[in-house]
Amino acid sequence: MARLFNALGSRLDRVNSALLTVLAIISALIVGAFVIVLSDVEALRTGNFGRSFSEVANAYKALITGSVGSLRAVSDTINNSTPFIITGVSVAVAFRTGLFNIGATGQMIAGGVAATWVGFVMDGPGFVQIPLAILAGVVGGAAYGAIPGVLKARTGAHEVITTIMLNYIAAFMVLWLLNTELFQRPDRTDPISKFVSSASRLPKIFGFMEGRKDLTAHSGIVLALLVVVLFWWFLERSKLGFEFRAFGMNADAAEYAGMRAKRLTILGMVVAGGIAGLAGAVEILGRYGYATQSFAGTIGFDAIAIALLGRSTPVGTLLAALLFGALQSGGRRMQATTDVPIDLIVVLRALIVMFIAAPLLVKAIWRVKSAKVSTGQTFKGWGS
Amino acid sequence: MRLELANITKEFPGVVANDDVTLSISSGEVLSLIGENGAGKSTLMNILYGMYRPDAGEIRIDGSPVRFTSAADAIAAGIGMVHQHFMLVPVFTVAENVVLGVEPTGTLGSLDIAKARQMVKEISDRYKLDLDPDAKIEDLPVGIQQRVEIVKVLLRDARIMVFDEPTAVLTPSEIIEFFGIVNSLKDAGRGVVFITHKLKEALAIGDRIAVLRRGQVVGEVVPAEADEALIAEMMVGRPVQLVVDKKSAVPGEVVLAVNDLTVLNPDGRVVVDRVTFAVHAGEVVGIAGVQGNGQTELVETLTGLRLGNSGVVRLGESDISDASPRTRHRMGMAHIPEDRQRQGLVAGMTVAQNLVLTRYHSKEFSSGAQVNWNKVSVTANDLVAEYDIRTSGADAVASTLSGGNQQKVIVARELSRELKLAVASQPTRGVDVGSIEYIHSQIIAERDSGTAVLIVSTELDEVMALSDRVLVMYRGKIVAEVDPTKVSALDVGLYMAGSRPEAVT
Repeated sequence: MARLFNALGSRLDRVNSALLTVLAIISALIVGAFVIVLSDVEALRTGNFGRSFSEVANAYKALITGSVGSLRAVSDTINNSTPFIITGVSVAVAFRTGLFNIGATGQMIAGGVAATWVGFVMDGPGFVQIPLAILAGVVGGAAYGAIPGVLKARTGAHEVITTIMLNYIAAFMVLWLLNTELFQRPDRTDPISKFVSSASRLPKIFGFMEGRKDLTAHSGIVLALLVVVLFWWFLERSKLGFEFRAFGMNADAAEYAGMRAKRLTILGMVVAGGIAGLAGAVEILGRYGYATQSFAGTIGFDAIAIALLGRSTPVGTLLAALLFGALQSGGRRMQATTDVPIDLIVVLRALIVMFIAAPLLVKAIWRVKSAKVSTGQTFKGWGS
Repeated sequence: MRLELANITKEFPGVVANDDVTLSISSGEVLSLIGENGAGKSTLMNILYGMYRPDAGEIRIDGSPVRFTSAADAIAAGIGMVHQHFMLVPVFTVAENVVLGVEPTGTLGSLDIAKARQMVKEISDRYKLDLDPDAKIEDLPVGIQQRVEIVKVLLRDARIMVFDEPTAVLTPSEIIEFFGIVNSLKDAGRGVVFITHKLKEALAIGDRIAVLRRGQVVGEVVPAEADEALIAEMMVGRPVQLVVDKKSAVPGEVVLAVNDLTVLNPDGRVVVDRVTFAVHAGEVVGIAGVQGNGQTELVETLTGLRLGNSGVVRLGESDISDASPRTRHRMGMAHIPEDRQRQGLVAGMTVAQNLVLTRYHSKEFSSGAQVNWNKVSVTANDLVAEYDIRTSGADAVASTLSGGNQQKVIVARELSRELKLAVASQPTRGVDVGSIEYIHSQIIAERDSGTAVLIVSTELDEVMALSDRVLVMYRGKIVAEVDPTKVSALDVGLYMAGSRPEAVT
C-alpha cells in the first residue's frame, strides 16, 4: 500500500514542490510584515497601527523598486545574484552527489586568491588574462574542495566537519597572504591586495552607456548562466552526472552497479569546489578588482539556503539565487527609504528556508492537501 | 472474546488500502490472513492496533463498538502484536526486556527484578516456551527472541494476538516449534491472527484462512476444503503455476570455481570459512541457510563488492579474486542482489535509468561523455515489454512500481545480456506469487541457455525447487551438499540449524 501511496506522491511531487516554494516565500513575507510591525515601537506605544501597516507597504514596495524598479536596480540585482547562482550550483552539485558542502566560502576564497594572483602578477591582454585568471580560480577552488573529498574517501571524516574547519583555515590564510609582500598593496598597511590589471577585469554589461558609472553589472552573470546550463547538461546528459546522481540517491546501489564510491566522493567535492572557486574569481575580476579578507562574505553560507530553496535543480537554484540577489539589492533601498533596517532581509531569507524545511507547517497554514513532500535531495547522515 | 472488524474501509490519497473488509476472530481460534505485498494486510492490522483510524466501518469487541486512538488503547482492550522486526534491547536480559514499560516495582520505585524473573518463568512454563529469564537477548537465536516477544504480549494480557509474518526469520524446525506454541496459545483460549504470504503455512496453522487481494477480502476458506493452488489463485486472481517446471540439468564445464575462500568482517570475525565449491554451465546450484550464516558476505565476495581474505575465485579460466564489480560484470557475471531497495535499484530514478544502471557507460548506450538516452529509452521499452514489467512507462520512477515489478526490472537488467554466470540472491523476496512464477521461469530459462546459475535464498522451498544441487551454509561453512530430489526439506532444515541428520548423504 505504502508503495502505491508513494507512487501518487512522486507524481504530484514536482507540482507540489514548486507550489510549496511559492507558499513558503509568501508565508515568509507575511511573517516578515509582523516583524516590521512589532519592531515599530513608536506605533506599538501609541497604538497607531495604521502607520505601521503603511510602513510594511512602503518596505515591500522599496524591495521591489530596489531590485527591479530601475536599470540601476536591475544592474545591482545582477551583480548580487551572480555569486549566489554560482555558489548555489556548487552546493547543489554536492547535494546531488550526497555530499554537504558547507565549504563554499573557503573554496571561494581559494579561487579568488588564485585569480587575484594571476590578475596582478601577469600583464597580458584581456583574452589571455581573463581565461587564465578564471582557470586559476577554478583550479584553486577545486584543489581546496579536493581536501575534504580525499579526507572523506580515505578516512571517512565527514565533510560537514572538514569543510567548516577549512573555511576557518582559508579565512586566516587569506589574512596572512594579504600581509605578505607578494599580495599586499604597497602603499597600504591593512590586509588588502594589489589591483588586478585592468585587462583582467570582466567587461561591464552596461559599459556602452555613457556616463552611467553607477551601472556596475559585469559579465560574470554570463558565466553564471553558463554554469547553470552546464549543470543541467551534466546532470541530465553526462555519464559522470548519472553516476553522481545514482551515488547521491543510493550509494549502495551505485557501488553495486560498479561505480566507485571513493572516486565519486572526491570528484563530487572537486567539482563543487571548482565551481565555488569560479565564484571567487568572478567576484574578484568582476566586482572588486582586488582581494580583501572578507570578499567572500557569507555568500558560501547563503548558497546552502539557495540550493535548498531551489531543491538542487538547475532552474530552481537559478531562480532561488535571483530571488536572494533581488532581496539583497531591494533591501538596500528599503533601508535607505524607510525605517526598516536591511537586517529584515536576513530575517526573510531565514524564514523562507525555515518554511521550506517545514513543508508540513506550510501545508497546515495554507490548507494544501498533498500526498508527499520532498524537500529535495540533500545529504547523507553522519558516518555514511 | 470475539473481535470483529466490520466493513473497514481505509483510503489513502489515490488508493483504497482496505475496501469494506469484514473479519472476525474469536478466542481459541487461529485465523490465517494471507495476501500479497500491498494487498492491505499491514494497513488492516495497523487499524486494529490503533495506529490508523478507518475512514468507514468499525471495530467491535464482543459486539460493542470500540475506538482505538493509539496502540495503548488496543493493548488495553486485549490486543497484542508481535511485529516482524523485534523490538528488544539487545544488551538487556530476557526478564528486563519483557517488563520494559510495565516494570514491577518494589519500595521507593526500585525495579523488582526478582518478580520480573518470576513472571517470565511462569509464562514460559505455562506455554512451554523454555526461556531463561537471565539470558541476554543478543546471545539468543532469533527463534528464541521471538518467544520473548510473545511473552511480552502475554504479560500485557493480550487475548487476541497478532503475528506479522512471524516465520520469515525462522528455520524450518523453528517454524514447527513456533506452530506448537501457537497451538498451545490457542488451547489456552487466546485468539491468534497469523499474517503470512506463505501458502503452506497459512494452511498448516489456520482454523480459517482469509485471503486479501487489493484491499478486499476475496474469500474465507477452511483448510479441509482448500489447497495451495486454490489459495494462490484467490490471492492472484488467476491460476498460478506453483511448481517450477524444469527439465533435468545438462551441466557443462566449470564456470565458477571457489577455492578455500575465507572472508572476515571488518571486526575480524570469520563470516565465510574456507568455502570450496563449483558451479557448472547449465546448472543451478542453490545455497540454503538461515539468514546471517555468511551467505550475504559470500555473494558480495563473489560479485566483487567485498574482497576475500584468502582463497581464490575463478570465472572460467581467469582468477577474479581481486577484480572490481565492473570487471566481473564485463566478464559476463550478473548479480541479482538480495536487497533490491538497498542495492538493486535507485528508487528515485526511472525504470529506464535503472535498466541501464550497470550498462550506461557501455558503447551501446553512450558516446563520449554523454549517455545516449534515446537509445536507453528504446532498449528500456523493449525490456519492459519482454519482461512483462507492469509500469505506466519506462520513464516512470522506479519507486512507483510494486515489489514484484521492481524485481522484474532487476531481473531484466541482469539477465538480458550474454552471460556466463548469474548470481541471484533472494530473487523473489517480498515478491507476489505471480511474479515469483515468472522470475523462476526466467532463471530456469537462463540455465537452459547454458549459463551457470547460483541461487542464494533463505526460502528453503525456493532453493529446493530451483536447484539442481543444494549446498547448505551454516556459520560460514558449507556443511552439506544434497540432491534436492532425494532429500526432504526437513532434513535440509536440520543442516541449516547446524545439526547433522542421520542417514542423509
